[in-house]
Amino acid sequence: MIPLSHYVMLSAIVFTTGLVGVLIRRNIIIILLSVELMLNATNINFVAFSYYFHNLAGQVFVFFALTVAAAEVAVGLAIIIALYRSRSSINVDDFQLLKW
Amino acid sequence: MHYALIPLLPFAAFLVVGLAGHWIRERAHLIAVPAVLGSFVLSAVVFAEVADGARISVPLYTWATSGDLRIEFGFLIDRLTAAMLLLVTVVSSLVHVYTIGYMRGEKGYARFFAYIALFTFSMLMLVMADNFLQLFVFWEAVGLCSYLLIGHWYERKSACDAATKAFIVNRVGDFGFLLGLLLAYWSFGSLEYRHAFAQAADLTGSTINLLKPVGGTWEVPTLTLMCLLLFVGATGKSAQVPLHVWLPDAMEGPTPISALIHAATMVTAGVFMVARLSPLYNLAPGAMEAVALVGAATMLLGASIALTQFDIKRVVAWSTVSQLGYMMMACGLGAYTAGIYHLLTHGAFKALLFLGCGSVIIALHHEQDMRRMGGLKDRLPVTYWTFVVGSLALAGFPLTAGFFSKDEILVSAWSSGDLGQALAVLGILTVFLTAFYSFRLVFLMFWGPSRVDPHVAGHVHEPPAAVTVPLVILAGLSILTGYLGIPEFLTPVLAGPEGAPHEGGAASALTAAATLLGLAGIATAYYFYVKAPAVPGRLAQQWQRLYQLSLHKWYWDELYDVTIVRPTVRLAHRLWQSIDIGVIDSAVNGIARMIAWSGWWLRLLQSGQTQHYALGMAMGAVLILTAYLLF
Repeated sequence: MIPLSHYVMLSAIVFTTGLVGVLIRRNIIIILLSVELMLNATNINFVAFSYYFHNLAGQVFVFFALTVAAAEVAVGLAIIIALYRSRSSINVDDFQLLKW
Repeated sequence: MHYALIPLLPFAAFLVVGLAGHWIRERAHLIAVPAVLGSFVLSAVVFAEVADGARISVPLYTWATSGDLRIEFGFLIDRLTAAMLLLVTVVSSLVHVYTIGYMRGEKGYARFFAYIALFTFSMLMLVMADNFLQLFVFWEAVGLCSYLLIGHWYERKSACDAATKAFIVNRVGDFGFLLGLLLAYWSFGSLEYRHAFAQAADLTGSTINLLKPVGGTWEVPTLTLMCLLLFVGATGKSAQVPLHVWLPDAMEGPTPISALIHAATMVTAGVFMVARLSPLYNLAPGAMEAVALVGAATMLLGASIALTQFDIKRVVAWSTVSQLGYMMMACGLGAYTAGIYHLLTHGAFKALLFLGCGSVIIALHHEQDMRRMGGLKDRLPVTYWTFVVGSLALAGFPLTAGFFSKDEILVSAWSSGDLGQALAVLGILTVFLTAFYSFRLVFLMFWGPSRVDPHVAGHVHEPPAAVTVPLVILAGLSILTGYLGIPEFLTPVLAGPEGAPHEGGAASALTAAATLLGLAGIATAYYFYVKAPAVPGRLAQQWQRLYQLSLHKWYWDELYDVTIVRPTVRLAHRLWQSIDIGVIDSAVNGIARMIAWSGWWLRLLQSGQTQHYALGMAMGAVLILTAYLLF
């Protein structure tokens, strides 16, 4: 049986990958994908703990998270398209009007 | 509640004219005059009520209660109050009417009426007060009105300066007054007159160690200290030495004000206060002596300065200082009746003299220097004759009111012991000076060749009836008040200290001496200014020192300028440069600059790059987690 710590480690690695992707990438679509990675890292945690503690609530929660994530991607992509239409760019460096 | 209406009518007039003055403008007198006349009628009613010796106590309302301290407003109406009420309302009514003629067409017409109505209200509340605090509050209120009215022509710097001077000098006195008030509360546990008077006798033996905070011993009788402190307030308000300097400068205000506030009513508040608190003063012989000496000094000083002044209003003002000295001296010698008697007659004839001066001033288009007057008696007959009546009363000419009241003072002074006799001699001497300067004024203004500016001389004519009718009424009062039996009326409420008889054997001799000196003064003035006009100039040359001393008002202003005003201004300048600019301003500006500077740096955090914010969030999360794991 694979110990719990392995799952947690995997989750941490995926989460960190997503976080670094959000922080350093400039392509807005990649950033959105990285956000999805972070979300799925938490899903791994949910499922792993659910399995080890024999509590199905965690796995039920993952379904909700997936549903919300799907909706979020839909909205996110729509925003990206709107941005692209107004700016002809998907580079976040071009979107920094909100500052001093 | 017709007692409360006496002060409230002028107050209502003040509110209406003051708040709606913009629309009322030259109709202001239609509101103010009836209000003050109403007060006068009610005062007469109240006078009739207390004429049989009744002592009415009217509680109005409790203003504040805190522990043992109860601050109540109320009226104490006895014969003294009633007499003062009549004086205030009569002079105020006449001055209101006079103002219609005097101030016509002035820009501040409504404002002027608002302030004199407010003054009348305050003065009435002051004389009706039944406790120390009410006395003090309205003592300050009349001072405020005086300030506002002296500075009526606020475009003139001299008027503003005079108003400020009056206010500041009065503050010096009022500080002493306030200390006296606190001492009274501390010793009596109450601010009501009746409690204070009832307990005063128990306090005769008690003393206060003034040097206690520094470990020394200087025992001072409590009552003497209290009376002296209260008297400091009176020296300010009633222009006694050494706080007399503001009154002559107050002549910068319009003339009706000089008559109402600076001759008949407000400046007599100090004398009234001493008389009202006579039960306390009677138990403090030391304070009484101080009052008498200060009064006598003021009397001589004022008269000696009035001899040489050229501004007609200032002559009358210095004469007021001198006459206030008479009243104060009488009170200090225990002759309160004589003091208040003179206060009442003086109120009539001095208001008359001021209003007469005002009449001349407007006839000559605001000329106040007597060297550019002369020969006016045919052009201004009403003003001339009433002015002569006022001057005769001031000089103590037989059968005028001033003769009786001054005589009362001198006789009472003579019969009140050694100090009294010495001061009575000074008083008689001052009668000569008084007669001389008042007729110097008459002769220089109305007699001799005309020295009036030729441009103006053609249009000199008697002012309107609103001006002359008050003059005639006051001239009547200047005679009449001598025959009303005022001393007999007041004696029961103003008992002097025990064992001080006020009936003198030398009365007729004193009267004769005073009368003769008064006549001699008039004759001397006649000789100097009508018969031999060269004599005064020659005398002034011969007695250069004395002449300059009198002309420069004994150099009091210069003395205060050097010892107080200039050091204060220099200190203030120093403080402004070092503390205000150096410390306070730089601290305030420094804080502002620091905030602006840190804001400039902090705003760089707001890059607009969402990823920067995300990094901040991530690092924050890591920090919180680390802290959570470590601790």
